[in-house]
Amino acid sequence: MHELSVCMELIDQVEAIARSHDAERVDTIVLRIGSLSGVEPGLLESAFEMARLGTVAEHARLRTERIEPRIRCRACGLEAEAGPSDLRCPACFGTDTALITGDEMILARVELLQAAD
Amino acid sequence: MCDTCGCNITDGNRHLLRADGSHRKLTAVSVLNKLLQHNDAQAEANRALFDRHGVLVINLMSSPGSGKTSLLEATIKALDGALRIAVIEGDLETENDAARIRALGVEAHQITTGTACHLDAHLVAKVLPKLDLENIDVLFIENVGNLVCPASFDLGHHLNLTLLSVTEGDDKPAKYPVMFRAADAMLISKTDLLAVLDEFSPERAEACLRKLASNAQVLRVSSKTGEGMREWLDWLNRRLEHYRNLRRENRSLSPAVQSEGRRLHGLARPDVRFKPETA
Ligand SMILES: [Zn+2]
Repeated sequence: MHELSVCMELIDQVEAIARSHDAERVDTIVLRIGSLSGVEPGLLESAFEMARLGTVAEHARLRTERIEPRIRCRACGLEAEAGPSDLRCPACFGTDTALITGDEMILARVELLQAAD
Repeated sequence: MCDTCGCNITDGNRHLLRADGSHRKLTAVSVLNKLLQHNDAQAEANRALFDRHGVLVINLMSSPGSGKTSLLEATIKALDGALRIAVIEGDLETENDAARIRALGVEAHQITTGTACHLDAHLVAKVLPKLDLENIDVLFIENVGNLVCPASFDLGHHLNLTLLSVTEGDDKPAKYPVMFRAADAMLISKTDLLAVLDEFSPERAEACLRKLASNAQVLRVSSKTGEGMREWLDWLNRRLEHYRNLRRENRSLSPAVQSEGRRLHGLARPDVRFKPETA
């Protein structure tokens, strides 16, 4: 399960952000995970339960936004949704398409709790 | 005014409210960081090192038992010293694969990953000092047998070669699109068994790959009979020549899908953008 490796890097990044904002702890982490990223949000969430222990994100909630594949056809210019195992152009059935979204693994947002003053 | 619940906090009561931790400010930080930017940075460092020495690096990926080590053995024998080869073997536990390569007089280093089901750029970086890069033409990295995890980790290699043996389903490219989309070439292995395994159709496997919008070359090889070896070695030599031409112009090569992803998502550099805002 490589989701644990992904979580370790996630925690590193979140800790750095929390530190630079003098946060007491992390409240929420929002990720964008493409369905062609190779990461399963469910496995990522269970890995996160382990990876967060003893860190500033120990009590944090993890939210994942799933991003479905979208392609652009280089032949006819169409932009369209696609299935993960069929990235052809739905109009001309060309296979010369570029993936616009769907393979990303991005840390999008961190919500931090700080002592009010 | 407290940002969390809108209550009034005065200088007189502030200490009470902070004591139980219930009144704290929530700050939302918007970022656009790649989750694996730490791995990717090490991968770029690895690639820069390979490029300084002009070593073409190929990442071999497949299910367990698809014949990666047998392909390497057959390749080393067929090349008969025409190219200087070295191998990094990724394995969960054992040194067996590296021993098979060393028996042919080729330098091989084993990375035992323990419980990790994939190699990453840091694991590869650790064995690089052991390699005499100046005297290597092609370095093969045999990744852990797994069609899921290795696809997510850039090792700093130049090309991905994904093996699909005819003892597996020919619809694997459709079932594991992340892995097969990343392939610069798909090599159908153990083709000597096609005669007895009529449920595997190389044409169907290729059709599944094309549906992933992949132009990767499809090779058919039997390490046992040598069928298809010539086409595979041609592919290897052409890629090496292409790489060397690029190096003459001080350019390099990264696996097709990874570079495309970086370009399209505009995250060529780990891009940390803080946009503090209170919620
Ligand atoms: Zn089209």
